[in-house]
Formats: sequence, C-alpha cells, structure tokens
Amino acid sequence: MTDMSPSERPKGWASEEFVNNLAKRQRSEKRFRRMGLGAIVIALALLATLLVSIIGRGYTAFIQTYITLDITFSEEIIDKKGTRDPVDLRAASYGNLVREALRKEFPDVTQRRELRQLFGLVSKDAARQLRIMVEKDPEIIGKTVPVTVLASDDVDMFNKGYIPRDVVQDDRRVKDNEIKWIDSLEAAGDISTQFNSRFFTGGDSREPEMAGIAGAMVGSLYTLLVTFIISFPIGVMSAIYLEEFAPRNKLTDLIEVNINNLAAVPSIVFGLLGLAIFLNVAHLPRSAPIVGGLTLALMTLPTIIIAARASIRAVPDSIRNAALGLGASRQQTAFHHVLPLSMPGILTGTIIGLSQALGETAPLLMIGMVAFIADIPGGAFDPATVLPVQIFLWADSPERAFVEKTSGAIMVLLAFLVFMNALAVLLRKKFERRW
Amino acid sequence: MSLFPLLIVLLLMCSVGYWYGSKKALSGVKGSSKFITSRPQQFGIYVVVWGLLPPVLLGVIWTVVHTAGLDRSSPLVEAVDQTVFPVAIMIAAAASLYLAVARINPDLRVRKTLEYVVYAVLILASLLSILTTVGIIVSLLFETIQFFGKVPLSEFFFGLNWSPQTALRDDQVGSSGAFGSIPLFAGTMLITFIAMCVAVPLGLLSAVYMTEYASNRFRAVVKPILEILAGIPTVVYGFFAALTVGVFFRDVGESIGLQVASESALAAGVVMGMMIIPFVSSLSDDIIMAVPQSLRDGSYGLGATKSETVRNVILPAALPGIVGAVLLAVSRAIGETMIVVMAAGFAANLTANPLESVTTVTVQIVGLLVGDQEFDSAKTLAAFALALTLFIVTLCLNVIALMVVRKYREKYD
Repeated sequence: MTDMSPSERPKGWASEEFVNNLAKRQRSEKRFRRMGLGAIVIALALLATLLVSIIGRGYTAFIQTYITLDITFSEEIIDKKGTRDPVDLRAASYGNLVREALRKEFPDVTQRRELRQLFGLVSKDAARQLRIMVEKDPEIIGKTVPVTVLASDDVDMFNKGYIPRDVVQDDRRVKDNEIKWIDSLEAAGDISTQFNSRFFTGGDSREPEMAGIAGAMVGSLYTLLVTFIISFPIGVMSAIYLEEFAPRNKLTDLIEVNINNLAAVPSIVFGLLGLAIFLNVAHLPRSAPIVGGLTLALMTLPTIIIAARASIRAVPDSIRNAALGLGASRQQTAFHHVLPLSMPGILTGTIIGLSQALGETAPLLMIGMVAFIADIPGGAFDPATVLPVQIFLWADSPERAFVEKTSGAIMVLLAFLVFMNALAVLLRKKFERRW
Repeated sequence: MSLFPLLIVLLLMCSVGYWYGSKKALSGVKGSSKFITSRPQQFGIYVVVWGLLPPVLLGVIWTVVHTAGLDRSSPLVEAVDQTVFPVAIMIAAAASLYLAVARINPDLRVRKTLEYVVYAVLILASLLSILTTVGIIVSLLFETIQFFGKVPLSEFFFGLNWSPQTALRDDQVGSSGAFGSIPLFAGTMLITFIAMCVAVPLGLLSAVYMTEYASNRFRAVVKPILEILAGIPTVVYGFFAALTVGVFFRDVGESIGLQVASESALAAGVVMGMMIIPFVSSLSDDIIMAVPQSLRDGSYGLGATKSETVRNVILPAALPGIVGAVLLAVSRAIGETMIVVMAAGFAANLTANPLESVTTVTVQIVGLLVGDQEFDSAKTLAAFALALTLFIVTLCLNVIALMVVRKYREKYD
C-alpha cells in the first residue's frame, strides 16, 4: 500500500482515515459506556460499604455477655433482722452479694484497687436482678445459687473480641489482671452469651450493657402517630381542593408555589418553627412526641399533598363526568368516586412521607427531644426520644460498647424503613390500575 | 373541669342531635308526597355541625386569649377556666343544637349548606401551607431583628470571626462574642462543593447509563437499589461519616504523610455527596427521558454513536433541566444537618483545605440551640439569624431551580 499514488488510495468508507476515525469513535463509545456503568458500580459500592460497616459493627449488639456466679444470699447482708420485711429487703445492698461472690471466686485478690477492678467485671444491673429474685422468692435467703448476671460493657467488648489482647496494657480498657480473671471464668465455663432481649425491651441507660431502644421505639411510634393524624387529613383535603375545586387564580398559584418550596426547605428550619410556635408561644411540653409530631407533620405535609395530587390527577375525567351526569354534586363526585379510586396512591405517598419523618433528626433536636430519658413514654405528652435521636445520642457517647449499640439501633431503624417502603411498594403493585 | 369529660358530653349531645335530626327529617316526609332533598344522614350531620360550631369558636377565642399573655395562676382566670368556660360552651352548644333541630324540615336544602362548610374546611386546609411559610418567616424574623439589635448587620455578614461562646459570660470583658458568619458560610460552601463533586458526576453518569444504555431488567433492579441511598436517614450517614469514612481518610492521610483532621470537611462532603447521588440521578433521569426520541433518531441518522448523541445532542438539550436539578441538590446539601453535625466539627475555621475541620451554618444552629437556652442572649438569637439566612438562600435556589426545570419541561411539549 506504500507506493500507491494518491488517486489509487481507497476513498470514503474504506479510507484509512475513516477506518482509524471509526475505531477511535468506537473506543470512545466503549469508554463512555464503561464510565456510566462505573458510576453505578461506585454508587452501589458506596451503599454496600455503608451497610456492611453498619451491620459488621452492629450485629453483635443483639447478643450480650453474661457471667455465672455462685451467689450466696446471706442473711447477714440482705436481712440482718431476719424479719423478711419487704421494706428492708428492698433497701438492702445487693451489690454486696455480688462482691462477696466475686471475692470468693478470686480469694487471692486483696488490694483495694484490684478489688475495684474485679467488682467492675459485673454490671450494676446484677444488684437489681438479685433484688428482684429475692422479692419474688424470699425463701432463697440463706441459700447459695448459681446466678447468671449481666457482665459489664468492658467484659462484653472483650468477649466479643473488640478489645485486642496484644496491645500494650496502657492502651487497653481491659487490663492484664482483668484478662486473667475473665480467662479463668471462661475456663470454668462461667462466661456465656445470650440473645440480648433487653436491647428491645429496655429504655436508655448510661451503662451501655443495660441500654435498650424500647423507649425510643415507643417515642417514635407516638411521634409518627401524631404526624399521621395531623398531616394525612389535612394533606388529603388540600390535595382535593387544589385538584378538584380550586379556581386558577393568584391565591391558588401562591399555594402551589408554596407547597413546592416547603418540600425543599431544610428540615432544621422546621425545627426552629416548632421551637418558636409550639414551645415558646403555645407552651406545649418540651421533648414531647406531640410537639415532635406537629413539627414533623408540617414537614411531611408537602410530600403528602404532592403525592395525593398526582394520584387524584391520575383518575380519568370520564369517571367524574359519569358521576356528574347521574346528578351527583361536585363534592359527591370528589368524595364518593375520585377519592376512593386515588386512595392507594395517596396512601403510598403518605407512607413514604412518614418514613421520611421516621428518619428525621435535626428538627427534633431543636425542640429538645435530645434529653436523656430512661423511661418508656406512656403517652404523647410524656418526655420521649425517638430512634434517630437515640442513635445520635449514642453515637456521641465515648464508651466503646455504644458503637455497637448505635449500629444495632441503626439496623432496627433501617428494618422499619425497609418495612414501610415495602408496604408502599406492595400497595402500589396491588392497587395499580391503568385507565 | 378538664377537657376530656367536656368533649365526651359534647359528643354525646351531638350524637343525640344527629339521631334526632335525621329522624325528624324522615318523619316529615312520611305519609306525604313531600320530596326529601337531602339524605337523612345529611340532616343529622347538619345538626352536628351547628352543635360543634359554637364550642369550637369559643375554644379558639379562649386559646387565643390564653396565649396572649394571661396570668394563668390568678384565681379569677382559674375560676373562668374551671367553671365559666365549660358552662358557657355547654349552653352555647345546647342552644345551637336546639335551634338547628327546630329548623329542620324536609324542604331545608341541607346539602347545599353542608357543602359550603366542607368547601370552607378544604380551603382552610390548603391555606395551611401558606400559614406554615408565614410562621417560619415571622418566627425567624422576630428573633433575627432582636439579634441585629445586639449585633450590627455588618459584623454578621462581613465578620471573619465566629465564636459565640464568649457571650455566655456576662461579667467578662468583651462578652459580646464574635458573630462574623463568613467562616460558617465558607465552611458550608466547601462541604457543599465536595458533595457536588461526588454527587454530580456519579449521579449524572448513572442517569445517562440508565436511560440510554441499560436494559429494562437492569434498570428495574438497579434503580430501586440506588434509591435506597435516598431513603437512609441522615443520622445514619452521619454515623458512617464520623466512624468509618473519617477514620479511613485519616488513616490514608497518615500513611502518605498528610495531616488529616478526624472531623474533616472531606469526610462530611463525600458522605453527603453519596446521599445526594440518587437525588441528582432520578431528577436528571426524568429530564433526559423528556428529551424527545426524534432528536436521538436524527442524531443516529447522521451516523453518530450513542455517546456522541448523548454528549452533543441529549445533554445540551437537557442542560437547563440538569442545572435545575443540580441547584436543587445544592440547596439540599446546604440545608443538610446531621451529617455535618456528626462529621464536620464545631470549630469555625476559615480555610479552603478539605482535610481540615470546618463548621457549617446548620451545625452552628444545632450547637447554639441544643442545651440550655436563654432567649434574650445574642448567642441563642444568632441561631435564628443563621436560620433565616439559610432559609432565604435555599428558598432562592429552589425558586430558581423550579423555574428552570419547569420552563425546560414545557419546551418539548
């Protein structure tokens, strides 16, 4: 090909220039396609990293370490008078029982500092547990019974392998002598792990091994209930008005623009609104689900209105015309025909709005739902906290064991969200209709 | 008398009214040729509406009077609260119920009246969105004006030093604190910029791939998975940023000899970008889908490859819409709170180095308002001034973005 004259060179499709150019273009096409796929893969990888890191940290929150000790319910410690008086039994120091048991288990520990370390192996909860045992069955006094008590968070973390043995002692929460005791307990088969039911039934606690999310879950429930009761009817009513009755004028235009804008207002601004209106003007109780629910309702409202309007708009006009033709009034048409047909769509939008509200944290910080609350709230006016705020609070705690608890709580929250979204998808699938 | 028994009595009265009203309307027609214009239940509801109207009105008036600064503890107010108010409500409700029942006859056009009431309620419901906006503006404005009474405007908007904490100690010299908000806005911009650097390319490229290349099956599987990113609560992202990403960046930095703060702007920004990916991708997905097929076909007809079509035809055609989507994403990033609260730190550094710790407007609002509050100190009021600025900035971004998106969408219709 080298000695061809210019006139003999292939032209058009066959020219070298064209072939080269085509190959280049095809390469760039491939590259572009790979970039697109790469972007999706990166995004999915980020999601996977997030989930793996949360689950990897959190799954151990569902099991807890226990220590079995031979507890002697000695009469001298809990019932000196021997009267079995419930008031005396209640006031007795059950912590001493645990300490005695530990002392008996490790008789060679005598130094004050070492003793304190030794007693620290067992959670403060043990005393409460023993008290309940005695109150339930006073006959037990005087006997020696093996009792499985909650281990402290450090022992728990060590047992789960979060505190490595091979680090210099000073950098380690669990010191050498503590490891020695734990190992000897382990060898005697006195250390066990159980499903951590307390995590689902207990309230918040300063002690990580005792902390649970029941209070936050109940608080979330009340808050969501208030949000739903306020935002659902109002949202549906506004959507009906705007789609079915509203004339097109300045006012309805204003309302429309407003709704769209409210949907994009930063959530923390709603928190300040709640703080100013519901707390400072209306004097509703701080930290209560009622205030949280009202604040979140204002935030969720635009989402519900937008979804409900789309769903109402999807109902074909023939249905309206048929109803009107049979002599129904416009309101009868809207409430008896259009609304039932659009209900699945409206509910889907509402569930999605509520699941956003369930995960919201920032506005609730503003209205004081960050307080430490150990009790499980009994109503919408009791001080409470919600799951995401509980997560925020635990994430701030310095104890190593709270990292695991935080991840566990996140897993529970995500499970709720998945459930709600699955419900929304199911609803949409089941009632989806094409006209 | 507390509210609860009062409500029960009211509801009882109303149900009796409902029963009697519908019965009376029916009995009027019985045995006669008279035509009943509304359904009997509607007569009942009519009575109930009239019965509930006066108590509700009285309740609203009383609440307004109460919140308008009445001394709750004075015996007079207490007496009114305990006896006069419930009795007044009962009498008003009873009288109104009686009048409504007396008015009922089969010829009364009840449905018409009821529909007016329903109409009014519907309008009231949709006005709530305006009320919310007004509420936001008034509540923020009120405190902000107080704030600017204590701190000059120029200091807030042009000051380079932010340290509100000093304002706590009244006895100290120079206790007015420093309220220059520039470092906060710079920090916000820095984190938003990093977030956009992550979210825009990834979101846009995945949207292009989804719309132009992916098979239906791929789309059906991958799209919902990507949307999960948008549904994860921000507090989870915050935890992830603080514990995993922040530590990761610090370790990587250490291994190559860089000083990375454990609460770096980079960690917060990257994780925030990750959160915004599906937001960008689904918005631009819609916009790319809206580009008419004829444009693509024209380009293919001229011999262009898919990527050339995307780059030279689709993206330019969709550009205004994409800009709108990005603006919405920016406004979301500016207003995001939890990620930055947990991963960006509270120290107001004026720096452009993403490896250092910066603070943002939302972080400071949280910092100023969580904990003890006294509502006359410049420290607390500053939060409202920050929030108002944040509200206005995001509002402007949203309005522009919505306008751009809407205008673009109309172009091909």
